[in-house]
Amino acid sequence: MSKPIVATTSLAGCFGCHMSILDIDDRILKLIELVEFNKSPVDDIKTFTKQCDIGIIEGGCCNSENVHVLKDFRKNCKILISLGECAIMGGLPALRNGIPVKECIEEAYLHGPTVDGVNTEKVLPNDDELPMILDRVYPCHEIVKIDYFLPGCPPRADLIWNAVAALVTGNEMELPYEVIKFD
Amino acid sequence: MSEKVNFTIDGKTLTGEKGRFIVDVAAEQGVYIPTLCHMKGEKPAGSCRICTVKVNGRAMAACTTPLEANMVIENNTPELAELRKVIVELLFVEGNHFCPSCEKSGNCELQAMGYRYQMMVPRFNYNFPYREVDASTPKIYLDRNRCIFCKKCVRAIKDPQGKNIFAFRNRGAHLEINMDLTLAAKMSDEQAKAAMDICPVGAILKKEIGFNVPIGQRKYDKVPIGSEIEKLSK
Repeated sequence: MSKPIVATTSLAGCFGCHMSILDIDDRILKLIELVEFNKSPVDDIKTFTKQCDIGIIEGGCCNSENVHVLKDFRKNCKILISLGECAIMGGLPALRNGIPVKECIEEAYLHGPTVDGVNTEKVLPNDDELPMILDRVYPCHEIVKIDYFLPGCPPRADLIWNAVAALVTGNEMELPYEVIKFD
Repeated sequence: MSEKVNFTIDGKTLTGEKGRFIVDVAAEQGVYIPTLCHMKGEKPAGSCRICTVKVNGRAMAACTTPLEANMVIENNTPELAELRKVIVELLFVEGNHFCPSCEKSGNCELQAMGYRYQMMVPRFNYNFPYREVDASTPKIYLDRNRCIFCKKCVRAIKDPQGKNIFAFRNRGAHLEINMDLTLAAKMSDEQAKAAMDICPVGAILKKEIGFNVPIGQRKYDKVPIGSEIEKLSK
């Protein structure tokens, strides 16, 4: 039997969850025996080259590109996992959710202390190449169906390891108290 | 003299003083019934409903129901655990609970309930309401994003004349916690700390002491909420 194929991505996240994947320490050697990686920052494969079994999503959706990538993952992966608080509930980027997006952009480019008096022509980023900012940050499961959720900021390495190992081996996942944390 | 009566919780026969609240009698005998708004000795608010138990088959709040003889109480059942998990999830989506950036994280009772009931994700959509933060008083922050309306601060924190420092304003979906700015400005360090400690979430925080306990040493990092009570029966 061929090895299960894993893809990962970071949407509106900080890459902390990917750091936590690396935090499984020497088990990473076991991991590459267990699974094959496809599209992922880990191996720098930029586009899907085949159907994957497990897609791991870090970060929520704050712009149109995030939504595009997330839908692409849903199409190409049998199982999707929301990894970390940002994917699950928007995380820190979602702190802007109660504030109108116009106010956020004006604060960032016109009125904030680091741009005050510098952006004299009052230019707001509007290049066609730039993804559109969404009205608010969306948890991944409000955009596509997500199969499993692994909370934490970042999720503990043991939680990630237990989840991937359980999926690959088909055994029930171990969930000791210390691995479920929201911070 | 108080009357002792027999009752059962999850099939175990216990004895307790008639008329006292179920949650207190149970806790003294090592049976943990989760609470967020309960303060032993204070008049109960019964606002969070996480202490819901079944008394003779009916769902009741254990913090407002006085003990009677021969009560048959269900507490640790899959049905009630699921109901409590739903309440925790509702509280999480109703406000703005950004655990990663909250000073109370690790010591937060709501978060600890999420851990205890293994909340991986709330089943409801997030509400993301807009709520104001009041940092205008010298000793404390009032962050309404995190308030779960337990009313503990309203009931327990008073000025030296016995006046309320905290109070609710508005009704229903517009309900919010508020403070008397003049009285709050006169709070001592000890009282500010008491207010922070009594708040089950991070809605009231004492200034200038944030993140002073490292991760791993906080209250609920290693042991679930309620384990100090459950230890009594082991």
